[in-house]
Amino acid sequence: MSATIATPTPSRLRLGLRAATIAVILLLALMPVLNRLPADHALHISDFVVSITGKWICYAILALAIDLAWGYAGLLSLGHGAFFALGGYAIGMHLMRLIGPRGVYGHPVLPDFMVFLGYTDLPIFWWGFQSFPYALFMALFVPGVLAGVVGFLAFRSRITGVYFSIITQAMTYALMLAFFRNDMGFGGNNGFTDFKELLGMPLNAGGTRAALFYASLATLVGTYFLCAWITRSKLGRVLIAVRDAESRVRFLGYSVTQAKLFVFVLSAMISGLAGALYVPQVGIINPGEFSPGNSIEAVIWVAVGGRGTLIGAALGAFSVNAMKTWLTTIAPDLWLFALGGLFVAVTLLLPKGLLGLLRGRRS
Amino acid sequence: MTRALFLIVLLLAASLPAHAQDAFLDALAGLAGGFTQQAEAAERLGAGGDPRALPVLRALADGRLLKRPDNTLLIRADAGVTEAATGAAADAAGAEPVRINNRVRVALRGAIGRLALVSPDAAERAAAAEAVYRTRSAENIPLLEAALARESVPRIRDQMALALAASRLVAADATVQRQGIAALAGAGTEGARALLLEARNATPALGPEIDAALVSLDRVIAVKRAAETLYQGLSLGSVLLLAALGLAVTFGVMGVINMAHGEFVMLGAYATVVVQDACRGIPWLEPWSLPLAVPAAFLVAGLAGAMLERGLIRHLYGRPLETLLMTFGVGMILQQAVRLAFGAQNREVISPAWMMGTLELPGGLMVTQNRLWVIVFSLVVLGLTIAAIRFTRFGLEMRAVTQNRRIAATMGIRTGRVDALTFAFGSGIAGMAGVALSQIDNVSPNLGTGYIIDSFMVVVFGGVGSLAGTLVGALSLGVVNKLLEPYAGAVLAKVAVLVGLMLFIQRKPRGLFPQKGRAAG
Amino acid sequence: MTKPLVPFSRRALMAGLGGALAMPAIRPAFGQAAPIKVGVLHSLSGTMAISETALRDTVLMMVEWINGRGGLLGRRVEAAVVDPASNWPLFAEKARELLQVAKVDVTFGCWTSVSRKSVLPVFEELNGLLFYPVQYEGEEQSRSIFYTGAAPNQQAIPAVEYLMGKDGGEAKRIALLGTDYVYPRTTNRILRGYLNSKGITDADIMEEYTPFGHSDWQGIVSRVKTFAAQGKKTAIVSTINGDANVPFYRELGNQGIKAEDIPCVAFSVGEEELAGIDARPLVGHLAAWNYFMSVQAPANTEFKNTWQAYIKNPRRVTNDPMEATLVGFKMWAQAVAQANSTAVDAVREAMYGQKVDAPCGYSLEMHRNHHLAKPVMIGEIQADGQFSIVSRTPTTIVAENWSPFIPENANRRRG
Repeated sequence: MSATIATPTPSRLRLGLRAATIAVILLLALMPVLNRLPADHALHISDFVVSITGKWICYAILALAIDLAWGYAGLLSLGHGAFFALGGYAIGMHLMRLIGPRGVYGHPVLPDFMVFLGYTDLPIFWWGFQSFPYALFMALFVPGVLAGVVGFLAFRSRITGVYFSIITQAMTYALMLAFFRNDMGFGGNNGFTDFKELLGMPLNAGGTRAALFYASLATLVGTYFLCAWITRSKLGRVLIAVRDAESRVRFLGYSVTQAKLFVFVLSAMISGLAGALYVPQVGIINPGEFSPGNSIEAVIWVAVGGRGTLIGAALGAFSVNAMKTWLTTIAPDLWLFALGGLFVAVTLLLPKGLLGLLRGRRS
Repeated sequence: MTRALFLIVLLLAASLPAHAQDAFLDALAGLAGGFTQQAEAAERLGAGGDPRALPVLRALADGRLLKRPDNTLLIRADAGVTEAATGAAADAAGAEPVRINNRVRVALRGAIGRLALVSPDAAERAAAAEAVYRTRSAENIPLLEAALARESVPRIRDQMALALAASRLVAADATVQRQGIAALAGAGTEGARALLLEARNATPALGPEIDAALVSLDRVIAVKRAAETLYQGLSLGSVLLLAALGLAVTFGVMGVINMAHGEFVMLGAYATVVVQDACRGIPWLEPWSLPLAVPAAFLVAGLAGAMLERGLIRHLYGRPLETLLMTFGVGMILQQAVRLAFGAQNREVISPAWMMGTLELPGGLMVTQNRLWVIVFSLVVLGLTIAAIRFTRFGLEMRAVTQNRRIAATMGIRTGRVDALTFAFGSGIAGMAGVALSQIDNVSPNLGTGYIIDSFMVVVFGGVGSLAGTLVGALSLGVVNKLLEPYAGAVLAKVAVLVGLMLFIQRKPRGLFPQKGRAAG
Repeated sequence: MTKPLVPFSRRALMAGLGGALAMPAIRPAFGQAAPIKVGVLHSLSGTMAISETALRDTVLMMVEWINGRGGLLGRRVEAAVVDPASNWPLFAEKARELLQVAKVDVTFGCWTSVSRKSVLPVFEELNGLLFYPVQYEGEEQSRSIFYTGAAPNQQAIPAVEYLMGKDGGEAKRIALLGTDYVYPRTTNRILRGYLNSKGITDADIMEEYTPFGHSDWQGIVSRVKTFAAQGKKTAIVSTINGDANVPFYRELGNQGIKAEDIPCVAFSVGEEELAGIDARPLVGHLAAWNYFMSVQAPANTEFKNTWQAYIKNPRRVTNDPMEATLVGFKMWAQAVAQANSTAVDAVREAMYGQKVDAPCGYSLEMHRNHHLAKPVMIGEIQADGQFSIVSRTPTTIVAENWSPFIPENANRRRG
């Protein structure tokens, strides 16, 4: 493990970074406001840019969660996309229930896909999702429980490193296959779409979008502070020690299993929250979110930004996705080369990611 | 003996009265009509027994029967074009192939079968017996009885007896039908079962006899089905084995996590396509294109592997997680490169004749040839891999470097070179897997992605670093998957296997065959 | 040719690639008017690239074609191509980008139902116009979408009718095999309703689903054999999705299931899919479409020639979704000309009743239900991977996108 702890950096750099971060957050916060300006105004920002930024903020939250587990506790999970998707599904189920009789077939309870697949009753696991607090709770609870079970079994057997990665990858793969089945009652390949409203607000209204945007931004900032606080606490130091020399920590009498389990479950819950914020903004959730490639990509955002830095993870999520959006438009045939090349270059040449590059230059 | 029979028939035909020849010409004209007319004409030609009908019907089945605008029918053969009615040489200008549909094809099969039952060629008689078995008609009973009496080849006799039984089953006379039931009860195939069920629906009076026959038949079928499931499981397992074998070297022996492994498999499949394209049009080379593709795929994937190892991976030794991410990027690049070079569409890979159709194993078990070859191939590749590691100097050096790199280096082994060769070797095996997969899966840029997770699971399940473990792991996963499939469906079976694997690995993190000693680190 | 959304960088990229992709040197002269923009929303990477890249090329071919004829309303037509990469949320994002950033006048795109469902709210919200060229399960009708592929009654039901008829072998037992997603599920539900109405009971219907890209068909094919061994003529109705077909047909061929014994009719297998396999063992198996490459019609000859010249490959095939793309494009161009505007509302109104002499050899008309009336053809697979048309409807059939065989459609809200 060569990545290092966020070593004490020169205070000028730290201040600069902090100032830049705050500036970026303020700029982000301004976006929905600028969106409200008339379309021909010089500072106007289109709906497209706002909605896509809202998406990236959710990705950044996911990246923070991954960084917490990987960068600090050395747990490279290749299945975080599954937690993200489960959170998304929880809120998606809520949104489906809210459609109510406005669906194509006008059924008061059953979502459209259940109607034409011939369901007569709502499956038990759909009960309660008409309540927003319950759905939000499930968006945190289900990923948390899954991470708890997988983590408990894995950490107890002292499965580490690549084996843990492979197991989590198999987990998300198995979930993807399962959710693709129409018989599961989650809409199969189509998943959920055509949502109407959330908390009484129509989803396609500008105000709702701005509210979701701010909720995501607030969650991002909150998550950052939570993660930063954990990593600076005693637990955080234990985690870093586990990452760098697990057996030594064990011999010192710390419960490595518990520490790892805690951080893994927390990380999964944060991912679930990110998914819950993501789905109302993109308007669709389906099993494709479980695909192993998605999870690896999310890990790569963290690697690109610089793991073990938190800020870097968010930075990576923004920059890789911005690049992807830009490249899929200007070079639809060639963007995979650029993206793949970026992954190769970053792992090979910038083990500390973009943030490491920044630090290296400044110091 | 058969030749004599054939001559007799020929002589008979030559001495047929004139109105019979008119019947041939009459029926022949129908082949130029619509599908319904064609089907009727084919049936009449088959029933007529005129030997001149056979080449015409064969030509129609093979798409070699042409039609001039004035409805004259012509036969195209290697020797040239002739008129169907007279056999005189003709000019094919302006003629178009006669089109047929499934209904005509069914009629043709029956007609050709009837006519070819007396053919001097054993293969033709066998095919004819099979065709008559499928068409089954009480009218064929005397024909089959005569043919059976003269048949000497046991295999064809069996087939003819079956055809006779099937034909008797649809006869009007209950005693004849009972003979058929008894014979079919011993056939032990699902086809026979279908015929019996059909007869029961048609003649309820025979119900008790047929039910009794079905009981004994079902017992045989159940055993066969179990064997079939086992075979399917072994076949799936052999595919997993092939896909995982290269990984067992690069990951198991070297500890390199190569997420681009699936792309090396894909490269091997595309190497097969290129070799086949190169061989196309060279008649003596064409049947060998697939065997030739094996070394080509090994070289292409091996070379790509060597370049990847020397250019990128060696800089990341000791950082397996970074290697994982980096190779994922490499996989994306390889996939898109192939997509741009060869197009996103599936590429056609021709299966040689010896890999098509089914083979009857002793005991009447039918197995698909392509999968049988894949099983054989996977075992051969496994054997070669073990041999290379055990008995060659390269294998010796490879083991030395894995067990203790520094001591190996002090003994004068160029460890960098061994690393590159080992990785190239593993990648080359992946390429060979691609040749086999091109025979059972799509050749598309996405080919590899479907196998990568399964391969990792197989290697970890079997025990990292143990080739025997990979073998046992792959085959048992394949069989378990196929055993579950009828109950759970294809998807849930796979999910169940994955979950089971995850639980297994949690209990035994080192897999089925854990490595012992210092190298196990 | 592709109009980059960000002109400078594309040019830099082009320079980097050398002259290989250079723009054609001669172009008809157009006035100063801003070009008309056509969005292309097809996956160029990921699992669906295999099917969708050909549709991207078809749209680009049509853009070149119309510019060669002097453009539309005296303006040049430009394509804006994006890659949604077989990723369904990315489809929604890219749709928004096309509508809001590139400001396209019309979009041609999507293959899978889920991608269409993903972009549908975006097109409705921003009042865009999408032409969807693939056969699908119906149960949908959006004012923002024109569906130029078949609804179930224009493909599935006539195909099963054929199987049950004299020419198709009078099938009495039907195995419904499909990939597990909404199109096969809905189609099979409709077919089950139809078969029941024709007196075929549920005991004579087998239904089985497999995941996307399923490659091990051994078990299912042998189960079909068992199902067929019940003493009644059996046929397979396949809604297996693109990629999984190659191994499926290979297994059918290898297990010796001949079209004479158990014919298999497919709704998602066309010339493109067959180009990837050795079709000899499949001769006689069937497909139902609204167009085959082997159709004899002047419009089809022109289509084939233009396509093969455009793609610079005399062996490239055409298929039904490509034809549907072409028909949609021509119809849209006619509607724009008739409305003398590219404004979405005016074009939509002008679309109704628009007619095109299509390569399928019929004159197709766009109805107010946003679906085309289309002929149905049944083709038998030939050894060369083409289809021999063994049955076709004498006239076009109006789409029933709300199937009468789905009982819930009775209480559907009329939109």
